[in-house]
Amino acid sequence: MEQLTPIGLNHYLTISAFLLGFGLFAVMTRKNAIVVLMGVELILNAANINFLAFSKYNGGMAGVMFVLFIIVIAAAEAAIALAIVINIFKIFKSVDVSSIDTLKE
Amino acid sequence: MSNTTYTVIFYLFAAITVCSAAFVVFTRNVIYSAFSLLFTFFGVAALYVFLSADFLAVTQVVVYVGGILVLLLFGVMFTNSIMNPGQKSEVIHLFPGFILLVGMIGTMLYTFYTSNGWKATGTTLQGSIVERIGYETMSHYVLPFEMVSILLLAALIGAAFLARFDKREN
Repeated sequence: MEQLTPIGLNHYLTISAFLLGFGLFAVMTRKNAIVVLMGVELILNAANINFLAFSKYNGGMAGVMFVLFIIVIAAAEAAIALAIVINIFKIFKSVDVSSIDTLKE
Repeated sequence: MSNTTYTVIFYLFAAITVCSAAFVVFTRNVIYSAFSLLFTFFGVAALYVFLSADFLAVTQVVVYVGGILVLLLFGVMFTNSIMNPGQKSEVIHLFPGFILLVGMIGTMLYTFYTSNGWKATGTTLQGSIVERIGYETMSHYVLPFEMVSILLLAALIGAAFLARFDKREN
């Protein structure tokens, strides 16, 4: 255990990079709209970790306040997106994002 | 708390966060994804504590676990048949998705670990920041604070309007 480096900025950035990659993968490959929303939440959490890590090692409060507003806007985004998904399900009887192509000719 | 204990606890929470995030993405069952997301949110909240943002950790648990995750579970239950709980979600573009995943993580980690590092200042955030958050909210960030409250109200009204049942259908 002694050879482990002390926890620094790069550790948090590594976790954040993994969360961002997994979120992008979910958004890109899933057909279920709810799982796509989960991917978006993962990406937002990755951004929050980055903001807080830089804020901690910089000593400022700007990142902390930014994360607070991001959490509020993520809550609004989730509520609106799920209302839209429920409407899509009422109309198309499916939440498959690749089969909802009524606007396509 | 000794330094080794700190390090071990950090790696434990980091492993919980990353592994449950991977499970969210790679499992095919929507319900399993939603419950695995619970562990991801708790792990991220624990990392916030390590980043000395204790107020944000509590906010993360209350808003994400108590609000957004419950909304997502309601969404899963509204849009899937209750009689068919093991709903599988199909995947498309699996190969480009893997290229994006590996390329994104690989290039970011390569950049982080081979560049000269960040210009960290000597001062770091220490201790509780609740008092400083209150001070900043009421001084520098009072306009964004009011705007975000109006946005939240509009979003709640809009969501309730969008998702209500239409009486004419019944």
